[in-house]
Amino acid sequence: MAVTNKPPVTGAGPLNGILTWFDQRFPLMVLWKSQLSEYYAPKNFNVWYFFGSLALLVLVIQIVSGIFLTMNYKPSAEHAFASVEYIMRDVPGGWIIRYIHSTGASAFFIVVYLHMARGLMYGSYRKPRELTWIFGVLIYLCLMAEAFFGYLLPWGQMSFWGAQVIINLFATIPVIGEDLSVWIRGDYNVSDATLNRFFALHVIAIPMALLGLVAAHLMALHETGSNNPDGIEINENLDPKTGTPVDGIPFHPYYTVKDMVGVAVFLIVFCAIVFFSPEVGGYFLEYNNFLPADPLTTPAHIAPVWYFTPFYAMLRAVPSFFNMQVWGVIVMGAAVMIFFVVPWLDRGRTKSIRYRGPIYRGFFAAFIVSFLILGYLGVEPTNVWGEFGKGIPVVGGDYIATWVARVLTVVYFAFFLLMPWYTARDKEKPVPQRLT
Amino acid sequence: MTAIVLDQVDEKKRRFLIVATTAASAVAAGGVAVPFLGSWFPSARALAAGAPVEIDVSKIEAGQQITVEWRGKPVWVMRRTPEMLAQLAKNDALLADPGSASSKQPDYVKGPARSIKPEIFVAVGVCTHLGCSPTLKKEVGAASDMGADWPGGYYCPCHNSRFDLAARVFKGSPAPTNLEIPPHKYLSDARIVVGEDQKG
Amino acid sequence: MKKLIAILLLAVPALALASSGGTQLDSAPVNLHDKLSLQRGAQIFVNHCLNCHGASAMRYSKLTEIGLDEGQIRENLMFATDKVGDPMTTTLDPKEGKAWFGVMPPDLSLVARARGADWLYTYLRGFYRDPAAKSGWNNTVFPNVGMPHVLWEYQGGQVLQAAEHGAGKLVLAEPGKLPPAEYDKYVGDLVNYLVYMGEPARAKRVQIGIVVMFFLAVFFVITVLLKKEYWKDVR
Repeated sequence: MAVTNKPPVTGAGPLNGILTWFDQRFPLMVLWKSQLSEYYAPKNFNVWYFFGSLALLVLVIQIVSGIFLTMNYKPSAEHAFASVEYIMRDVPGGWIIRYIHSTGASAFFIVVYLHMARGLMYGSYRKPRELTWIFGVLIYLCLMAEAFFGYLLPWGQMSFWGAQVIINLFATIPVIGEDLSVWIRGDYNVSDATLNRFFALHVIAIPMALLGLVAAHLMALHETGSNNPDGIEINENLDPKTGTPVDGIPFHPYYTVKDMVGVAVFLIVFCAIVFFSPEVGGYFLEYNNFLPADPLTTPAHIAPVWYFTPFYAMLRAVPSFFNMQVWGVIVMGAAVMIFFVVPWLDRGRTKSIRYRGPIYRGFFAAFIVSFLILGYLGVEPTNVWGEFGKGIPVVGGDYIATWVARVLTVVYFAFFLLMPWYTARDKEKPVPQRLT
Repeated sequence: MTAIVLDQVDEKKRRFLIVATTAASAVAAGGVAVPFLGSWFPSARALAAGAPVEIDVSKIEAGQQITVEWRGKPVWVMRRTPEMLAQLAKNDALLADPGSASSKQPDYVKGPARSIKPEIFVAVGVCTHLGCSPTLKKEVGAASDMGADWPGGYYCPCHNSRFDLAARVFKGSPAPTNLEIPPHKYLSDARIVVGEDQKG
Repeated sequence: MKKLIAILLLAVPALALASSGGTQLDSAPVNLHDKLSLQRGAQIFVNHCLNCHGASAMRYSKLTEIGLDEGQIRENLMFATDKVGDPMTTTLDPKEGKAWFGVMPPDLSLVARARGADWLYTYLRGFYRDPAAKSGWNNTVFPNVGMPHVLWEYQGGQVLQAAEHGAGKLVLAEPGKLPPAEYDKYVGDLVNYLVYMGEPARAKRVQIGIVVMFFLAVFFVITVLLKKEYWKDVR
């Protein structure tokens, strides 16, 4: 069969022939044009729009550094801890690879949280981008699983006890809980079997799911086109001559060169941490994780790594009812799952926070603040702010931080659950026709 | 009216900046590759395990051979008898590389005996054909199961390569060169180190 | 919205400060560039710690990084092995260790990263006589520690004077070989070495980091210029 009669790839030079050869056998130029050089993006992206491409960069960093770590890491309870130190000391350049991966884990969550905050602020989850948002929430779920499984691998004290606590959450489920937690561990305690299966999930299963979801996230995004800080659809205002959006600019070269500036800034921060302060005061690498796992001694204070602490604080704040502890787990799970339905909770006529009314802005600010304070409380022991006086009704004798966490948990959920009500009656500003 | 107006394009400047960005990115990629590719070199553990090995040769009796491990490979140390050494000089016509011109060995290992001191023979016991370890067949003649004209030497069971007692390969063997002689040196008459070169 | 990021950035160091607490720790004189201090610390470590504690992630050969050559390492520091590439393992049998101290003395490769230099510095200077303890010694930052005061000959014996409020005060009752200021320096060298041993790559890490930062600064400038040039087109 003859090669399809496509025109040669534009331009001259030695590469032209090779590219043309490929293009006649593969949709090279079609993809290039549709996804980059003729993908029109709104011209008013601000600093919040860096975090999507940065998340992709961190994903690549984690995959590459992760592959090289597996070359020397040993997924067994007996050797795991020592093999991490082997990487840190004996393998040439091993410490750089390990610090890149440990810093990348936290960087991933920082970038993704900022990316999600952007989506909430500018209404990027609204019609027609609901699927992009749902794929994004799935990516976030995968990321949490990936981080949780990965954190067991160094087999330090925090690895062990962190996994212990989280797996025991499943044991709170009535009837099946006990058997379920044993099944997850493959043993009566977190053990070699647990480590080995977590390793398999961390290096193969979840990364494959992540890659698929990232592809779906991008495909859905490029189908509808990107949102922007004004929340205006640029595809509704096309230039009659060219048929392209009046307020759109080709992603390449304009946003590729702009994203490179973002990459440069990100790498400066990232490398400063890798080379000058990889522990970040015990927040990226916890001090107790420099002690090998000891199933017989729990460290004095255990907390998950910072990116889980908002949800952990909720878990701790919920008391047990009817002799069951499962409520905290339900609240924690709901706090994450509720992101899925945000597109259908929002009844506002405007997308962007720029044109929203004061009620939405108030709820949004309260949500962000409660998320941050819950994150702080999750890192600290519950007695961090002391106790209420014994004489006070209801709260007397309880930890202050516990009650603050309860109130903030309510605020967190109020942002979502009251959304259908307050977005519908908020006093919104008029949205302009064109991008500002 | 579209958002892109191409009236201020400075082609020269753009090309220069693209080249500069590409070059800087290439430097960055190269810099990142250094620790990643470098991590494939032997680790401190491998280097420690492959460190020079000290051997006491005073306990080896004439005609006896011991095998020690160095860098994960068998190293033979043999104390050859005067008869064995005398036989070596007569093998030349049968050998593929009698002068060891194309074989791997340190400079200070010379002559048909391929050793620093004639009687103490040190060699890496790995066939130069496909990496099996040959067996010692030190008896001469039929007693060796190697045929009546066998002058004494080593025999590789994998593909029938044959070597003499200086590990020089006989003609007609699949092995291309003589067995490797590792760097080694004498600490005293009794002790040698395999893995470190003799100075001077 | 930029305010949000600023709040986040400010919050991290504030949280770090808030989370410290417990007994007052003395600040350890750590200086990883002081090679002589590190060498003295290594000597103290192999003489006094390595009998019971291992440092199994640390190889003797690494000590070339603190200015020693292999001959010096072999002669002055290696008592348990004759191979300079070997890790610093202890000769103490784990069973005996458990019988003598209640637990096998922990490996010290990473102790400085887990505990912190200040903790170690205070701990090693915080032993006092306690007739109730099995070893005869107790410690201000590690109450009821199983470890006896290995360096007591150097420090001498302290006793804890009860105070009316809060923790008691340590008083030197029997002087040791070293006057207190000298002993502090002695322990300081040891802690300095333990910090080095916790992460031998640290000096190199910072060195490479500075080069990387300079490169990224240049890279940043180039990308900004490139972006500005192209964005002239956007109206």
